[in-house]
Amino acid sequence: MTDIRYLAPNTLDEAVSAFAAASGAASILAGGTDLLVQMRAGVRKPGTIIDIKKIPALTAIEDLGGGAFRIGAAVSGAVLAEHMGFAKAWPGVLEAINLIGSKQVQGRASPGGNLCNSSPAGDSVPAMVAAGAVVTIQGPNGKREVPVEAVPAGPGRTTLAPGEIVVSFTFPVRPKGASDAYLRMIPRTEMDIAVVGLGVNLTMEGGVVKAARVGLGAVAPTVLLVEGAAKALIGSRLEDAAVEAAAAACRAACKPIDDKRGTIAYRTKVAGVLLKRVVAIAAARAGGN
Amino acid sequence: MSKMHVTTTINGEPVEFLADVSSTLLDALRGSLGLTGTKEGCGTGDCGACSVTVDGRLMCSCLMLAVEAEGKSIGTIEGMAQGDHLHPLQQKFLEMAALQCGICTPGVLISARALLEKNPDPTEEEVRFGLAGNLCRCTGYDKIVRAVLETAADMRESAR
Repeated sequence: MTDIRYLAPNTLDEAVSAFAAASGAASILAGGTDLLVQMRAGVRKPGTIIDIKKIPALTAIEDLGGGAFRIGAAVSGAVLAEHMGFAKAWPGVLEAINLIGSKQVQGRASPGGNLCNSSPAGDSVPAMVAAGAVVTIQGPNGKREVPVEAVPAGPGRTTLAPGEIVVSFTFPVRPKGASDAYLRMIPRTEMDIAVVGLGVNLTMEGGVVKAARVGLGAVAPTVLLVEGAAKALIGSRLEDAAVEAAAAACRAACKPIDDKRGTIAYRTKVAGVLLKRVVAIAAARAGGN
Repeated sequence: MSKMHVTTTINGEPVEFLADVSSTLLDALRGSLGLTGTKEGCGTGDCGACSVTVDGRLMCSCLMLAVEAEGKSIGTIEGMAQGDHLHPLQQKFLEMAALQCGICTPGVLISARALLEKNPDPTEEEVRFGLAGNLCRCTGYDKIVRAVLETAADMRESAR
């Protein structure tokens, strides 16, 4: 057995230096709910494990006011669920993060890990795409910010450069009449992987959709931002025709696989069904603000 | 040379041990620490047999490195009874025979305690969701859920 090094730096600079110095032989440890399973299966054999949970920025929840939040990438779902302000501003993002695994997994699993594991079926990702969350990334060449949808590159692959670490997610200011929702379709009611996952973020004014974003998961190699669906919703009063047009845009965006959880035809149909259901939930929440 | 020194607290007692970096908290508990009440089921965070609390929060000890226990407070099944005095959940599980083979029971008890600490008056659905991360291969769920609900009722009564 080869020796593995474990580092738990207190600062981001130390973590980035160690990660870059290991030149690909290191793995970042947040909740470990993917990493430890992959290590056990022999899929990942890191020479160094860099635990980022002692870095304050990675585990902080900052209320920036007006519904805006900055969430450390390693914040666990269980910790985030206890933040009442975040739940009120971003219920869809929270329900998506809280769908990842059991209570035990919630104690560890983080949105940053969910994004970096880059499963097309990661539950938090479509909701964060819909939310318009911005990812702060720190690497050997400094800091950069990108939208969530720019990070996944394919199953298990990201656009992160060597040595780069996802630090936090910034959620924008919430206008009046804005809310979000997330649903996933699974064959059972708990503890399963999405056949389709869909997040919608709406801003309503006098019954009219002023802004919309739709994130769609598990139907393509990466989570998708479905701009066609948003266009169909914006300016509408969520009349049947507008919602059906948005559903059609979601179906058209699908490039799914056939697997044991669902066929191509089923996943494509369900994408449209979920769009309608999630729009209804998000609109009801937005109206209630 | 990959062993690291870990200083932690387990069931309220300060503990020091040596751990391989790649070993899990579950490996350490069942191995050098001899706390075999925590069970290994799947080893991949699916079954909940290895459930423990870390700083009061429910986790799978198979999904945590032993070295991450540094400075933390770990709660295992061995700390659930106070001497000969069983926790109400343990007592109720015995009275209602809410176990069959028993492998999942320590994890179920740890999860159920965490659930009742957060929600002393859960519905049946809330109990089922709260214990969704604990698999019983004997499928003895019905008696488990009923025992948790009855314990919750008893604990609310005695808290009055």
